[in-house]
Amino acid sequence: MRRPLARRLTAIFAAALLLPAVAACGVDEDDAGLVIYSGRNEKLVKPLLDELEKAVGTTVAVRYGESAELAAQIQEEGGKTKAGLFFSQDAGALGALSGKGLLEKLPQGSLDKVDPAFRGGAGDWVGTSGRVRVLAYNPGQVSTVPDSVHDLVKPEWKGKIGYVPTNASFQAFVTGMRVLEGEDATRAWLKGLKANEPKVYDNNLKVLEGVGKGEVSLGLVNHYYWYEQVAEKGEDKVKSKIHFLRGGDPGGLVNTAGVGIVKGSDQAAAARKAVDFLLSEKAQKYFAEDTKEYPLAAGVTSTVKDLPPLASLDAPKIDLGKLESLQETLKMLQDVGMV
Amino acid sequence: MPATDPGAPTDPATAPRPAGTTTPAGRGRAGGRPPAVLLMSATLAALFALLPLGYLAVRSLERGPAFARDVIATERTAQLLGHSLMLAAVVVAACLLLGVSLAWLTVRTDLPGARAWSVLTTLPLAVPSYVAAFTWLSALPDLAGFGGAALALTLVSFPYVYLPVAAALRGTDPAQEEVSRSLGHGALRTFLRVTLPQLRPAAAGGAVLVALYVFSDFGAVSLMRYDTFTRGIYTSYRAGFDRTPAAALSVVLVVATIALVAAEARTRGRAGHARTGTGTVRPAPPVPLGRWRVPALACCGAVCAVAVVTPLATLGYWLAVGNSATWDPATLSDTALTTLGVAAGGAALTTLLALPVGVLAARHRGRTAHLLEQAAYAGHALPGITVALSLVFFAVRYAEPLYQELPLLICAYAVLFLPVSVAATRAAVLQSPPVLEDVARSLGRGPLQVLREVTVPLAAPGVAAGAALTFVVCMKELPATLVLRPTGMDTLATRLWTETGTGSFAAAAPYAAALILLAAVPSYILGRHRT
Repeated sequence: MRRPLARRLTAIFAAALLLPAVAACGVDEDDAGLVIYSGRNEKLVKPLLDELEKAVGTTVAVRYGESAELAAQIQEEGGKTKAGLFFSQDAGALGALSGKGLLEKLPQGSLDKVDPAFRGGAGDWVGTSGRVRVLAYNPGQVSTVPDSVHDLVKPEWKGKIGYVPTNASFQAFVTGMRVLEGEDATRAWLKGLKANEPKVYDNNLKVLEGVGKGEVSLGLVNHYYWYEQVAEKGEDKVKSKIHFLRGGDPGGLVNTAGVGIVKGSDQAAAARKAVDFLLSEKAQKYFAEDTKEYPLAAGVTSTVKDLPPLASLDAPKIDLGKLESLQETLKMLQDVGMV
Repeated sequence: MPATDPGAPTDPATAPRPAGTTTPAGRGRAGGRPPAVLLMSATLAALFALLPLGYLAVRSLERGPAFARDVIATERTAQLLGHSLMLAAVVVAACLLLGVSLAWLTVRTDLPGARAWSVLTTLPLAVPSYVAAFTWLSALPDLAGFGGAALALTLVSFPYVYLPVAAALRGTDPAQEEVSRSLGHGALRTFLRVTLPQLRPAAAGGAVLVALYVFSDFGAVSLMRYDTFTRGIYTSYRAGFDRTPAAALSVVLVVATIALVAAEARTRGRAGHARTGTGTVRPAPPVPLGRWRVPALACCGAVCAVAVVTPLATLGYWLAVGNSATWDPATLSDTALTTLGVAAGGAALTTLLALPVGVLAARHRGRTAHLLEQAAYAGHALPGITVALSLVFFAVRYAEPLYQELPLLICAYAVLFLPVSVAATRAAVLQSPPVLEDVARSLGRGPLQVLREVTVPLAAPGVAAGAALTFVVCMKELPATLVLRPTGMDTLATRLWTETGTGSFAAAAPYAAALILLAAVPSYILGRHRT
């Protein structure tokens, strides 16, 4: 009984070992004209990237992963990278690659389509869509919504705030606060928040649900989660509301997803076309309508109901490339005991 | 030059032993020196496994030793390490308890439905740690933290102990137990005094795998928000966009691993337990459970309920709430086929590489063999992302055509899971009587012939079990697959990741269910196949 099984398994495994080698020979590798490393989820951007392929006029292959891990991978690949274009979920990963000199300068024409606040200081990456930090609140429990995150450390909010300390957007916001208001002020604010015993959630959607159910009165989230929920369930079914923090409050940080052309890939021409497509009206409308983010290219405005124009938000002025200094933020969060 | 076996002549295991039915499997024999072929192929495997360490050395020192020291020498490093060790200790203890008791119940007693139970108890292996953690958290949000992480990890990893121990129980000679029973010892006493010591190598091997699994796990601890060393390393990659601190931290994990493996080898004991008697292998007669039947059944049922039914029920719920739009049968079947292909390739390569290391570790207790075995384990505790980046590093320099092609992904699986297969092989070889090899040798067979005609066939069932186990763990591997897969290729695990990334758990459910169902096939074969 034992030997036939062992033999059968041996045969199967021998075949399995050969299979990939054979398969690898059969693959017409790298006939793709452009390889995109996408830190943005396939679910969100695949339809858009299918369109991009048509616009660029060459085969496009997309590799999906986590933004930070793809950034590490591009660093490790160095001059032999397979990536022509890096499509990042946030500005920090782009800032990191820019800082290492791994991104190519973009044509001025492409850069000029986007407000300087949403592109890299070295002109080697550009924001493609914006995401705004907002306060979600339960209208049944909150009559006056705070206009600043600084109000959240007041005793009246004790035990009433929901947040996701491990979330990249939350950490980018704290980094923004560090850049805007300095280390000491940020540390003091984090301690104050911690002292208010905020409730920790797994992700932004859970925060919104928690606010809706009244588990907490306020939540720190990104704006598009709320609009997605409204689009999915209908406005009457979503029990939370959101409030934009204006007047340059750090809580109203606008972070971006964006793209950069990776140096050393010989796909620069196709990558430039791809960048232009992502900043085209068609693509910008896609971000506005399908992912409920803010379009960033000049002349395109969101058609999503009730979404205030980006220009009206008076978002804090910050060099988004500096959001790469997340390491210090993380250390601070650890010191305070939040993560 | 291979080291001679220092332990051979004075090995304590050659001291008089009870009943004369066991031989010390670990003793050296005439010449004591392992065959060159074995040594060379084992060295090759070890070098392969050491690739991540080479990479870590380069990366952690790229900004000088002082920088690396500053990264490592913090209070937080010690705290994270403490968390990892504590979690590993608790999970290992729980896995030993569950694994050994379930193995004994399903293999050696008249437990009703033993075969079904043995399949069911293997199934949790097919549940990725992040799925287990998620299902528990969605039911009991307050579980987050140490307790939740320990629970989720125990429930997905106790089969690492169950499988080798069950195999060992099937392979051991019942004669000693019968002698014990005939001397009037009860079932429990016989189990503790006679059976358990025979299971030690298998249980210890499984325990080390569990510990290394806990060290390297990111999914469960991340969802449970319990800060372990691996989580620190991941956070360092994610937050710093910087490889140097992550590499420096990884070095600490490697050192901890080596210490752990060395400690296990020290406590492993030298006694092997192989049958040398005449005749064929005879299955032990089942121990009648009597009035313990119902409690035993309840115990198996409870374990399966928490480890198998809970995740499946949660998946069922997701499937039920998902609408038809979330079903994409074509993608699902394509992805499933790809997953089977890469996992089979991974299991095949891993088994091939593990074979010489396992045989050496079991049969030749020299310093060289010892070092080679430890090397095979060195990379296992590392987070998948570290191993993946190390292969990126080597591939773009020395094997560029292979980069982001299937063969490299399969190599990554081999580096990651070599110890799983080594442990199974070693345990299997330890259980086959070395006397048969001596006989073959005395009949003029060369070392290779002995290996091919005696050692490997005798160990085959155990090796096959190791291969099936590797197959399952390859299927659910995520971080290295994300980095190294060919562009556009998806496995069930990566689809699962994509779908849950947007919070669409209903859309993720078919992939999770397919993963568990497919991984159940080797589990079923393993559970059913009894020698």
